[in-house]
Amino acid sequence: MATVKFTEAHEWISMDGDVGTVGISDYAQAQLGDVVFVEVPDVGAAFKQGEEAAVVESVKAASEVYAPVDGEITEANSALEDNPATVNTDAQGGGWFYKIKVANLGDLDALMDEAAYLAFVETLD
Amino acid sequence: MVPFAGYDMPVQYPAGILTEHRHTRADAGLFDVGHMGQAILRGDDVAAALETLVPGDIAGLEEGQIRYTQFTNEAGGILDDLMVTQRGDHLFLVVNAGCKDADYAHIQERLGGRVDLEIIEDRGLIALQGPKAAEILSGHAAGVQEMSFMRLREIEIAGIPCLVSRSGYTGEDGYEISVPNDRAVELAEILLAETAVAPIGLGARDTLRLEAGLCLYGHDIDETTSPIEAGLLWSIGKRRREEGGFLGATRIISEIANKPSRRRVGILPEGRAPARDHAEITDGSKNKIGNITSGGFGPTVNGPIAMGYVAADFAAVDTTLQLTVRGKSLNSKVIKLPFVQQNYYRG
Repeated sequence: MATVKFTEAHEWISMDGDVGTVGISDYAQAQLGDVVFVEVPDVGAAFKQGEEAAVVESVKAASEVYAPVDGEITEANSALEDNPATVNTDAQGGGWFYKIKVANLGDLDALMDEAAYLAFVETLD
Repeated sequence: MVPFAGYDMPVQYPAGILTEHRHTRADAGLFDVGHMGQAILRGDDVAAALETLVPGDIAGLEEGQIRYTQFTNEAGGILDDLMVTQRGDHLFLVVNAGCKDADYAHIQERLGGRVDLEIIEDRGLIALQGPKAAEILSGHAAGVQEMSFMRLREIEIAGIPCLVSRSGYTGEDGYEISVPNDRAVELAEILLAETAVAPIGLGARDTLRLEAGLCLYGHDIDETTSPIEAGLLWSIGKRRREEGGFLGATRIISEIANKPSRRRVGILPEGRAPARDHAEITDGSKNKIGNITSGGFGPTVNGPIAMGYVAADFAAVDTTLQLTVRGKSLNSKVIKLPFVQQNYYRG
């Protein structure tokens, strides 16, 4: 089973070798409400951890999606351009934003596993 | 729930903004707008007195007729927008929640010796909006179906004494109902029991009014924008344009004659990215010509929509504009408001 880690900014990253698939958590999509627009990064773009890599807009507001780790984009989910609502219906599956080749796999150790993330979310309400 | 003008209000109910919006356009939506200010003005020359503070024709109203108008300041800007109903021996005012204390102070200061202001604290306000609103309300109240747009009547709904206005803030047919506080929940529950009626939050209230091209105070109109710049000339009667006699008349009448230097316009961005309020508007040479004042996603339009002010030379329909969103330039064009056809009941 793939390793899935979470950030306090509500991104998830699911690892396959040294490439991670990144999206926003189910908790985050529920907070945002109906997603109407997603802007994904260009393939080849490089990001440092915490940099703005994508944008998700609900009817209510625009939010940044940050890179959970340093790395380079290998693929973007262009299907979200036509079907942004997939972020609501399948946030931690088909609603992924981009794939990133992780520069330092050790960066992942600092992120939360799912149990720790769900415990973190509990503290927010 | 979010804080709004001192009230805790729902941005959305469990259905979510898109569903609530579409439900209102297709069936009927119920809005709790009890945060808005309701007041009564009395006095021997109350219409003439109020006309010194607003450019709308108040003296010309028939009993039961409603006028949309604005409180203006001496510089011709807008302090608030409001609804005024002629009720025979008094005027009934509905003002914005965020402005109501300032509005009442303004009335007292300017008209204190001339009119009596009674602030209504014991009535709520509920809006029922949508193509099925008339059919639904007529199941509980006599005479509401044949009421014309912008008319008010005193009617019992399921035995509850109400002031029913055929008006709203969605572009759809519907009613705004002033109801005693102690019966407001009962009335809301009666209407929500109808399968065609769903509760609607602030989020969809905003998307509905934006598609209808209606101004939101503090965004599309404020103390710096004149009614003429805002495209509200239609709300100023012929007699008022000729006679003046309201705060800011010098600027407003001059702008009617000479055209304002900027105008509120509807803006349709190309593509899918919403442009939100404060986004900068530039011309083809990157010169700033204005700002977005309301913008987002229009659920019925099924794409991004916006309103904003542009220099008068750029206000014509089909003019190409550039919007700056997150540092990128988005193509857009001026369109004729509203984005979605208004469906008012004209009788």
